[in-house]
Amino acid sequence: MSKVAIIDQCAGSDVRAESPMHHVKVPSVAANPGVVLEQKPFLGHMTLRGNSADDAFCAAIQQVLGVALPLQPSALVHDASGENSIQWISPDEWLIVVPGGREFEVETALHQAYSGHFAIVTVSGGQTLLTLSGPNALDVLHKSTVYDVHPRNFPVGKGITSNFAKATAIIRRPSEDVWELIVRRSFADYCYRWLVDASREYGVSVKV
Amino acid sequence: MLHIYCPYCGEHREESEFRPKGQAHIIRPKDPVNTSDEEWGDYLFFRENPRGIHHEMWVHAVGCRKFFNVTRDTVSYEILEVYKMGEQPTVTAATQQKGGQK
Repeated sequence: MSKVAIIDQCAGSDVRAESPMHHVKVPSVAANPGVVLEQKPFLGHMTLRGNSADDAFCAAIQQVLGVALPLQPSALVHDASGENSIQWISPDEWLIVVPGGREFEVETALHQAYSGHFAIVTVSGGQTLLTLSGPNALDVLHKSTVYDVHPRNFPVGKGITSNFAKATAIIRRPSEDVWELIVRRSFADYCYRWLVDASREYGVSVKV
Repeated sequence: MLHIYCPYCGEHREESEFRPKGQAHIIRPKDPVNTSDEEWGDYLFFRENPRGIHHEMWVHAVGCRKFFNVTRDTVSYEILEVYKMGEQPTVTAATQQKGGQK
């Protein structure tokens, strides 16, 4: 148990929340869409900083989230339910994504499980998750990022931070045909418009 | 475009993910109060501008956001080695001359 004052920063369901894409216009669905673009709004995003050389820290993460802390660069791991994930961001930073509303519970549990020096900050309001799927999803990514997203270089269970269009995004591959993009709230509108434009030639189905 | 190896991410990335941060291995004077103005000025403002081997810092700004060191040839732009913060370069102007290259 660490002596850190923590407060529940989540407003709760009685306060109306607006996703970063609440205002966008959804184009009409193409007949046979090559790309399916979907937003998964209101997930719980948390930035974790800590020392992975400390076994107690790794054990606490395992205990709270049920998955081992990924220590390999660009690793992305999901728990058995597929709802909770941890992604390696840098040698001392990870991104935790949990179902919306669970942030405070995870934060509290982690502070109870581990008393060493670490930080966990809820950043749910600052970013949003988009999924890209369909037969032409990879073509859209090829057009949008400088990173090599070819399957030989980007297996399932990898997640990286790179340039996306002219913004920054976390690009990850949770399963064979689904790509996830995590973009900043302030860039969400730009990235969305870019994606719709880049997907137009293949036909796009959008759900935000 | 340079293709730069990030020692923390463990792979080559595009140059657009990185930002150059100038000369590496600049040591802050241990006792600023008793440091002469000239020494302090050298520390703050004066930088090497070599032709050939240059040790410099880069930051993986769009990525892991870590600083690391690069040894680069300022003539050919070739990156000769990349090493983490706190480590010393193995390729220097002296070793390059001994090898008979450049």
